[in-house]
Amino acid sequence: MGKILEIKDLSAGYNEEIILKDINIVVNENDFIGIIGPNGGGKTTLLKVILGLIRPYRGSVSFTNGSLKRPSNMIGYLPQINQTDSKFPISVVDVVLSGLMSKEGMFSRYSGKQKKHAENLLDRLGIYHLRKKTIGELSGGQLQRVYLCRAIVSSPQLLMLDEPNTFVDTRFETDFFEILKDLNNEMAIIVVSHDVGTICWYVKTIACVNRNLHYHPSNIITQEQLASYNCPIQIITHGDIPHTVLETHRH
Amino acid sequence: MTELFFELLGYSFFSNALLASLFTSINCGIIGTYIVSRRLVFISGGITHASFGGIGIGYFAGFNPIASAAVFAVLSALGIEFLSKKADVREDSLIGIFWSFGMALGIIFVFITPGYAPNLMGYLFGSLLTVTHTDIVMMIALTAIVSGFFIVFYKVILFISFDQEYAITHNAPVQIINYLLISLVAVTIVLSIKVAGIILVISLLTIPQTIANLFTRDYKKIMIYSSLIAFFGTIAGLMLSYNYNIPSGASIIMSLVLAFIIAKLFSILVSGIRVKRQLYLQNKNYQL
Repeated sequence: MGKILEIKDLSAGYNEEIILKDINIVVNENDFIGIIGPNGGGKTTLLKVILGLIRPYRGSVSFTNGSLKRPSNMIGYLPQINQTDSKFPISVVDVVLSGLMSKEGMFSRYSGKQKKHAENLLDRLGIYHLRKKTIGELSGGQLQRVYLCRAIVSSPQLLMLDEPNTFVDTRFETDFFEILKDLNNEMAIIVVSHDVGTICWYVKTIACVNRNLHYHPSNIITQEQLASYNCPIQIITHGDIPHTVLETHRH
Repeated sequence: MTELFFELLGYSFFSNALLASLFTSINCGIIGTYIVSRRLVFISGGITHASFGGIGIGYFAGFNPIASAAVFAVLSALGIEFLSKKADVREDSLIGIFWSFGMALGIIFVFITPGYAPNLMGYLFGSLLTVTHTDIVMMIALTAIVSGFFIVFYKVILFISFDQEYAITHNAPVQIINYLLISLVAVTIVLSIKVAGIILVISLLTIPQTIANLFTRDYKKIMIYSSLIAFFGTIAGLMLSYNYNIPSGASIIMSLVLAFIIAKLFSILVSGIRVKRQLYLQNKNYQL
C-alpha cells in the first residue's frame, strides 16, 4: 500500500491562535478515515491545511513522492454546502466539470469525453435529470450530490468530505455512505463528521482531533478510549443497525 | 420618434453618443455580470466614487481627468482587494474608507484648482452628448480587452467566481485573476462615467443584469442579454433626454428602471400562468 499523504509535526491555526498542535498522520491508498472531535477542535482546519487553504505555522504536509507541492487534481474536496453562493448562475454540469479545472488546462474547452464522464457520474448518483438546472433550483441533498460529483470527476487519489451528512436526510445518508464505500475501492477517503455513530459504521479507521490528533487504527472505539484521547464527544449507538460497532454509552 | 432618431443621426455629437452607448453597454454588460454574480456591487460603488479623487487630481495637474481617474480607480480597487485580505480589515469598512477618501480628495483638488471647474457636473451626472473622439477610442480598446479576456479565461473566471476555495485547492491562479478582474471593473467604471456619471454609473452595472437574470440563469446569456438591454436602455434614455430636455444620465437610469419594473411584472405574470397550467394539467390527469 502506497503512502499518498504524510503530515509531520504540524501546527496550524488562524489569526495567531494555534488550533492544531503536533499533528502526525500518514494516509495510505484505500484508507477510509473518519475524523471526529468536538466543535472548534480543529477538524476543518486540518482539512484546510491538507488542501493548501491554510499555511501551517510549523511542520509539513507531503504528498505521494515526498514532494511538498500539492499536485493539482490529487485531492477531491466536498466542502460544507453552505459555503457556496446558491444563487450563482451556474449549471449543474458546469459545477461538475469545474472539478477538472487544472487537469485539462485553464483555457481549453472540455472534450466530449469529459462531458460524457461528468454525465455518467451524475447518472451514478441519480441526478442526471438535473444536469441542466441552475444550482439554485436544487435541494440541499441534491446539491451535496452535485458537489460529490465535482470532487470525484478528476478521479483523485484522495477524497475529503467536510460534514457531508449535515443537510441530508436519513435515507439518502445511507445511500451516500454506500457510494463512498464503493468509491473507496478507487481512492482514499477522509470524512469529517460530528455524527460519530454513522461514520464509524463505514470508515476503516478513526482519527480523533481535538487540538491534537489521536489515530485509532480501527473503526471500533469505546467511550473510554475517546476519553483517553482527550476527545470529549458522545457516542450515540444506532440500535437498529445489525451489529453496532460501538459500545453502549452509559450515563 | 424614429424620424427624430434619423434626424439626430446627422449630427456628429449624436453618432458619437450612439457609439459610446454601444461600447459602454458591451463593457458594462460583461463586467456587470461578473459584479452581480459575485456580489461586488458595493465594492464597485466604492471604486466609482473613489475615482473622483483621480478626476480632481487631473483637474489640478492638467491631465485628462478620465485618465487620472482610471489610474486612481485601479489603485483603489487593488488597495481594497489587497488590504481586505492582508491587513485584516473588514472589506466593507475598507470600501467605506476608500469611497469617502476619494471623494474628499477630489473635492479638495477641484477647490484649490484656480478658476472655474468646467463641466464638473458632467462627471458627476454624465454627459453623453459631450463624448469626444478620444473617449470612444478608449471605450473600443476596453471592449476589445474585456471581451478578449472573458473569451480566453471564461472557464476560469466562472469557476473562480463560483467557488474560490475550490479553485485554490486545484492550484488555479485565483489571486492574479481576482486582481486583473477588479482592475477591469475599475477601468470599465471610469470609462462609463461619461455616459452615466459617477453617481449613476452603478445602474449600468446592475439593472440590465438583474433584468437579464429574470429570464435566464446562464452566465453567458446574462452577459449578452444585459449588453443588449443596456444598449436599448441608453438609446431610449438619450431620446427622452433630447425630447424633454433633461440630463441624459438621469433619463437613461429612468428608462432602465422602467424596463426593470415592466420585466419583473411580466415574469411574475408568466410564472403565475405556468403554475396555473401545471395545476390544471395535474387536475386533468387526476380526473382521467
